[in-house]
Amino acid sequence: MGRVVLVTGVSRDLGRSVARSLAGAPGIGRVIGVDVVPPRGDVGDVSFVRADIRTPVIAKIIAKEDVDTVVHMSVIATPGPGSNRNAMKELNVIGTMQLLAACQRAESVRHLVVKSTTTVYGASNRDPAMFTEDMEPRRAPRTGYAKDVAEIEGYVRGFGRRRPDVRVTMLRCANVIGPHVDSPITSYFRLPVVPTVLGYDARLQFLHEDDLHGVLQHAVQHDVAGTFNVAGGGVLMLSQALRRLQRPSVSLPGPAVGRLGSVLKSARLADFSPEQLAFLTYGRGVDTTRMRTVLGYEPRFDTAAAFADFARLLPVTGGRTERALARVAEALPDPSTPSLAEARHG
Amino acid sequence: MGDAEIIPIGTRGRPGRGAGTQPSSAARSLAPGARRKPRAAEPEPVEPKAAAAETPDDAAPEAAAPEPAAPLLGAVGSPVAGPAAPEPAERPAVRTHDRGPYAHIPAAELLAALQGAARELFGEEWEIQLARFLAFLRRRLTGEYAVDEYGFDAEMTQQLFMTALRPIAQRWFRIDVRGVENIPTTGGALVVSNHSGTVPIDGLMTMVSIHDHTGRFLRPLGADLVFRMPVVSALARKGGATLACAEDAERMLSGGELVGVWPEGFKGIGKPYSQRYKLQRFGRGGFVSAALRTGVPIVPLSVVGAEEIYPLVGNIPSLARLLGVPYIPITPTFPLLGPLGLVPLPSKWLMEFGEPIRTDEYDAGAADDPMLVFNVTDQVRETIQQTLYSLLMQRESVFR
Repeated sequence: MGRVVLVTGVSRDLGRSVARSLAGAPGIGRVIGVDVVPPRGDVGDVSFVRADIRTPVIAKIIAKEDVDTVVHMSVIATPGPGSNRNAMKELNVIGTMQLLAACQRAESVRHLVVKSTTTVYGASNRDPAMFTEDMEPRRAPRTGYAKDVAEIEGYVRGFGRRRPDVRVTMLRCANVIGPHVDSPITSYFRLPVVPTVLGYDARLQFLHEDDLHGVLQHAVQHDVAGTFNVAGGGVLMLSQALRRLQRPSVSLPGPAVGRLGSVLKSARLADFSPEQLAFLTYGRGVDTTRMRTVLGYEPRFDTAAAFADFARLLPVTGGRTERALARVAEALPDPSTPSLAEARHG
Repeated sequence: MGDAEIIPIGTRGRPGRGAGTQPSSAARSLAPGARRKPRAAEPEPVEPKAAAAETPDDAAPEAAAPEPAAPLLGAVGSPVAGPAAPEPAERPAVRTHDRGPYAHIPAAELLAALQGAARELFGEEWEIQLARFLAFLRRRLTGEYAVDEYGFDAEMTQQLFMTALRPIAQRWFRIDVRGVENIPTTGGALVVSNHSGTVPIDGLMTMVSIHDHTGRFLRPLGADLVFRMPVVSALARKGGATLACAEDAERMLSGGELVGVWPEGFKGIGKPYSQRYKLQRFGRGGFVSAALRTGVPIVPLSVVGAEEIYPLVGNIPSLARLLGVPYIPITPTFPLLGPLGLVPLPSKWLMEFGEPIRTDEYDAGAADDPMLVFNVTDQVRETIQQTLYSLLMQRESVFR
């Protein structure tokens, strides 16, 4: 008899793939996926239950299925198609409140794993280079996703105080990237010409989608409580990332990027929320020492490798200069060979 | 000296003065058919070699020798039409034909010229050098370089920033660096410096001086304003700077970096010229707590010369408030001469690194003892102030 895991938010790609990977993991008996709408793809061994976590129905499911582990994935960064900000906020905040209320009542629940995000740290010019888990955002978020997540984390901490017997693990994940991820940041990088903020170069950290599955599975299987930053090692600058993508970019002053973003948003090409604009201006870095030492998880992809894996399937739209230079370089000798003078010296 | 009377300057023949009867000799030589240097064409190609072989003293009479013959010939030919008769016999008809800018230059010659230019630029092994340069360029274009977690781009800093700043440090300010041996060659250390000069050029000069003398990169801690300003913020992170906050300072120091801090901040660089070399308050001593927590030595640095590069004589506080900057400087040259006023005055700089102040001998809780922190802060401040006075005594003048 393995563990019974309840995964919320399985209608979205990340939630679905996490539920699937958990279903195949050793030591886990059953995985129940919950969401308002059915998942878009194959869920494999996951038993899907159509339920709204914003209603008390969720408590009945937890009690009936004798769930011992709850993985909360239903924190969304963007309102889905045909939805708006109010619905997103309701799903994020009210949904979490109902879910936690249900967990508090259910005696069977012993583990709670919440997928949070590094967006809670915000992004500003007054940020330290690397946020550790006990640092607060320099400017408290007032709107949008970041505020939702900050409130959700507050409720989760409250739950931890009321049910000290439940192990609570909160994973603050960096931007998830990968060939199959559809998120604000990946749609940004998929633009044929990428707008950037003039005069700023953001530091970015990425988490590969496989590592997101890996770390959630690790957190379910290992009894380690606490809050952890999760990100691939190393840092990429935004300009450097765009060069690696070989995508042309156009630098615009900050307010113009914001206006362009709202145009792109209404055209459903990309999403430029204010917090994403701040992120692309100032960037953010998180310290992952605790992830490695306390949680004991080592991502397979570092930031650069995760980005390279994402870039693999993207068509190249720029890089003409580089190709011209490459042709010139072919005619020249290999630069790694030592020159005559150096050979004479050595 | 006597020769000067013999050789008529600029005249060949009678010194016509344009009295009306005859054009002046200068005018004659300008006329189309005029025969300037009739025979000079023959000796001239030989002459330089002869002159080179002989001593310069002998060369002077030699050059003067054909001169007396010239007036005779010039006199035979009448000023305008005269030379037409003897001329065609000596010189073949001149043919001109139009030529495009690059037409008729053989490709081989162009290639040879290019190779010559490449050799001039990159030396004898220009192919390897050019290939290396191209590899660097391609690395930059494809993003295949590494930055550290603070956004520091070592390759860019070394190849571009340092190369651009070095001539300014060595030629413009002629920086005299002393006490380099006080900078630890390995491990974390905190360089604490005075701050002056309206624009933080002293920070850049300290970075390039330390790099050139020790090979280590100085990692400056900058105010949050630095990271709010466009362009500056991107360059600062690439150059190795990070925000001046306790978290970053301690992280860098425990990571074994050489960190630079200017505790006076805007009070230091924005002080009027009349208060030059008077150290301002050293913040809240946060840099001392960071050094105490990580146990790294504090290296005091005194910079003389930066005060004079942009003498701050005034400020526009209302405009500064509007733009959200600490001050809008007025210098004797700045708004007056426009962009030219941005050129710093070439003062002579002296930089002295003092003896490191050890912080690893204090107890574990020393960083939380405000009195101890204030004492160490004062010790660092006094050291820098005293060194500034002694350096000022040694300097001959502002510009020398």
